[in-house]
Amino acid sequence: MFLATIDNVLSWMIFFPLIGAAVILLLPAKRPNWIKGVGVAATLPPLWWAIELFAGFQRRFGGEPLKQFQYLEGPRPWIESFNINYTLGVDGISISMVLLTALICTIAVIASFGINRQLKAYFALFLLLDTGMMGVFCALDFFLFYVFWEIMLLPMYFLIGIWGGPNKIYAAIKFFLYTLFGSVFMLLAVIFLYFKAGKTFDMAEMMQGARGLAMTAQVLLWFAFYIAFAIKIPAFPFHTWLPDAHVEAPTAISVILAGVLLKMGTYGLLRVNYALLPEATAKLAWVLALIGMINIVYGALCAMAQSDLKKLVAYSSISHMGYVMLGMASLTPQGVNGAVLQMFNHGTITAMLFLLVGVLYDRAHHRQIDGFGGLANQVPVYTGITALAFFASLGLPGLSGFVSEVLVFMGGFRTFPLYTIVSATGIVITAAYLLWTLQRMFLGELNPKYATLTDMNRRELITLVPLGIIVIILGVWPLPVLDLIGDTLGFLVGHVNGAGAGLAGF
Amino acid sequence: MVALENFGSLKHFLPECLLMGGALLVLVLDMVWGARRRALYPWLGVGVLALAGLAALPGAGLRGEGLALFEQMFTLDGFTRVFRLFFVLVGALTLLMAARSRELRGAGGEFTGLTLIVVLGMILMAGAGNLVMAYLAMETVSLLSYTLVGSLRGNRRSHEAGLKYVIFGGVASGAMLYGFSWLFGLTGTLDLAAMGEAFRAGAAQPLPVFLALVLILVGLGFKMAAAPFHMWCPDVYEGAPVAVTAFLSVGPKAAGFALTLRILYTALAEPTGSGWLPIAGLPWPTLIAVMAVATMFIGNLSALWQDNLKRLMAYSSIAHAGYLLAGLVLLTPAGVTAIVFYLFAYLIMNFGAFMVIAAVAEESGSGGIDGIRGLWRRRPFLAVMMLIFLISLTGLPPAFGFIGKFYLFAALIEGGWLWLALLGLLNSVISLGYYMRIARVMLIDGTEDAAPAPTGAAPAPVLHPATGPAGVAAPAATPALSPLSVAIVGVLGVLTVLLGIYWEPLRLFAERGLALP
Repeated sequence: MFLATIDNVLSWMIFFPLIGAAVILLLPAKRPNWIKGVGVAATLPPLWWAIELFAGFQRRFGGEPLKQFQYLEGPRPWIESFNINYTLGVDGISISMVLLTALICTIAVIASFGINRQLKAYFALFLLLDTGMMGVFCALDFFLFYVFWEIMLLPMYFLIGIWGGPNKIYAAIKFFLYTLFGSVFMLLAVIFLYFKAGKTFDMAEMMQGARGLAMTAQVLLWFAFYIAFAIKIPAFPFHTWLPDAHVEAPTAISVILAGVLLKMGTYGLLRVNYALLPEATAKLAWVLALIGMINIVYGALCAMAQSDLKKLVAYSSISHMGYVMLGMASLTPQGVNGAVLQMFNHGTITAMLFLLVGVLYDRAHHRQIDGFGGLANQVPVYTGITALAFFASLGLPGLSGFVSEVLVFMGGFRTFPLYTIVSATGIVITAAYLLWTLQRMFLGELNPKYATLTDMNRRELITLVPLGIIVIILGVWPLPVLDLIGDTLGFLVGHVNGAGAGLAGF
Repeated sequence: MVALENFGSLKHFLPECLLMGGALLVLVLDMVWGARRRALYPWLGVGVLALAGLAALPGAGLRGEGLALFEQMFTLDGFTRVFRLFFVLVGALTLLMAARSRELRGAGGEFTGLTLIVVLGMILMAGAGNLVMAYLAMETVSLLSYTLVGSLRGNRRSHEAGLKYVIFGGVASGAMLYGFSWLFGLTGTLDLAAMGEAFRAGAAQPLPVFLALVLILVGLGFKMAAAPFHMWCPDVYEGAPVAVTAFLSVGPKAAGFALTLRILYTALAEPTGSGWLPIAGLPWPTLIAVMAVATMFIGNLSALWQDNLKRLMAYSSIAHAGYLLAGLVLLTPAGVTAIVFYLFAYLIMNFGAFMVIAAVAEESGSGGIDGIRGLWRRRPFLAVMMLIFLISLTGLPPAFGFIGKFYLFAALIEGGWLWLALLGLLNSVISLGYYMRIARVMLIDGTEDAAPAPTGAAPAPVLHPATGPAGVAAPAATPALSPLSVAIVGVLGVLTVLLGIYWEPLRLFAERGLALP
């Protein structure tokens, strides 16, 4: 390890934002700059630690399950009577998500500087949300995982409900109800697994214990977990909370929502459904592929029909999460690698898109695509970055979205040729609506209403440029992420395929 | 079980004797001093409760055989010991709440005295070893509850609520007494343990026992506010003084559960090595499961439409009775522990919520949900604490209420009642709807007007007339909150979170104290 890390680095990453939140609560409300400063200061060290972890992560371990998890902490006894422990650790999947979370949180906190009321509460809740997300990606004890998973709900509810748009209450409660509904199934399944898999909440031990379960039980458990995670992804038909939540949420929260929160769904599928219930996963992969296909095509078609730019991005998000599901379902190394890479890339690209929508909304105070036109000459920098994000999103070669999509389709085609072919039409539709949107907004005659529109300021550039650079780098050289996740996923794919040998799709 | 005669029992009955003596002392002092030292009585009561609690404490952790006191009238086992402390806590919180309550200012010493006797009655309910004892204890609790509900002098709502409570309660306890007489007729004994023996020996056909059980459940269901015997609950809660409402939602309910557990497990089930089995041919767990489901759904769905905070909390308390009833079907030590654990969680979070509601009602003069509007801007501390209680009541981590639910549903799943656990958890989702509505009104509504201009200091004067018409008069009209209630709310809030993060000691206390098979 060539960079020094502190002891218990994962705990620090999780709880440092919480310390920041406590500090913010103690600050005087009349000092907005102090509050914002502490907000940023609380997210920077986790980002630094995430980069350190990324650099120091041992990438080759020959598929041994014991070596997958690095930077292990614990198990420290927490509630002994129920065998609940405080256990943290990251493998290739988690570490890429931890990196993404740290990055997106730092960017989102900078993007939040425009918030102008109840700053203390906003930043404190934001940092609490940060803690919850980090915790989910690091927890290796299922009880701990569940606690972190639920902790995020409340800050999200208030962040949308207090600082959101006109219809915020409806959107916030819809988000909360949907997610809690899903969590109920997860809790039920977790407790059931606890009793059936050797009275332990340790995920690694549960992996062993779950093997002995009857197939019917496995399938039921699989679906219980699936509902919980599908709502978060969001997979058809549980997706309807997402456009509402996105449209009403303030920009920074949309960024978090699309950039990190949705990934929890797919992360959960890999961490729980794939690792704990491999046989059921092998058997039911076609469900994932089918829903993935529906997400891709249906989401893209919905996006095409939108006139509100933010809604368009929200639906494109649903569509792009479909690629993740399709890639995961393929159970091939390419497909699964592509899926996790897509999780990362989608995080960065959609974060850009939502930031860009926010930039425009701050100036024009509306998001109707038809209201714009000919912006290219008026705001060239904005146009350039938007074009970059759009092209990355539609999968132009040389940008990061392309790599992951190709991998997903390569993998998907081997296992589910029919679904993959149908899904591929999603690419065409995506290209169509994004190019059409570009044309309507930036080309043609300038709407005279926007003759005074100003280009991006420094703060907005600070949030967007790093993401743009990552998008370009990973487009031409995806290896840094791929070799991070490769071995872990290779093991996971082997785990599932081994369990479901002979159970191929159709 | 060691049986003791009357005099030998007395030394084990010290906490109850203290309560009795304390109550008499307060009532006598009330007559001697009259209204002059009214503020003193609640504190006197708290002191008596503290003494009783201390006297009850050493026995709490004892293992082993219980004692059958007073010729087997009163069973002093781990179960009773744990509930002793529970009810002492309930009484102390009620008195502390009443101490600063403006509603109860005229109630004087009798309120304190009656509360002490109610606590005694509830302890006797938990420990009843004989149906006569059970009935007497329950009537003590009932009669005094009726009086407490109607204790607002000159308030018609309070009197109406009291009357309603009396009528419903009378019918319910009549049905229960009838059920008791059936049991006596079938077995020839009133002693619960002996009754259990007789049933196990095949004393009766299942059908008459079942009918008797249904009749008994009318009375007990009334105390627990379980469907379909919950009708009184919203009206009574709404009419009663807030401190009494808080008391009713926790105390008699818990006592009802304790007595139900006692009767069902002692008389209508047979102990096996690791739990109990219902006596042959009697499907009472199914009956209770159906009741539990009905109670949860009725409570939660009705609560969604309430605009009065006390009514809303009444329905919420019905819903919680449903969760607890689900725990009754288990017949395992894990189930009993889960119920006790849940009751402790409910005690802390519900009293917390009611203390905030009381503070708000005193300030705004209304029990409507609008009274709590914009609380975040007026009293941020209370608002945050209320949020914690609401989270806990919904059952979200990291709050104590989540742990209570976790144990309950874990026990259900372990016991094979998967469908009941699922329905219970779905009910938590429904309950989110109304708990978050309170949170929304309290925290989100009224945050908008910060944006336009800082001209009006009054939060949303149109929506919230009670704060004062012009915003200038508001500070004068807002009474200062007593530091005592703020401190108690704070302590309860911190406990809710702390026990949500680390609850092992309480769990050990409950488990060891219960000393189950």
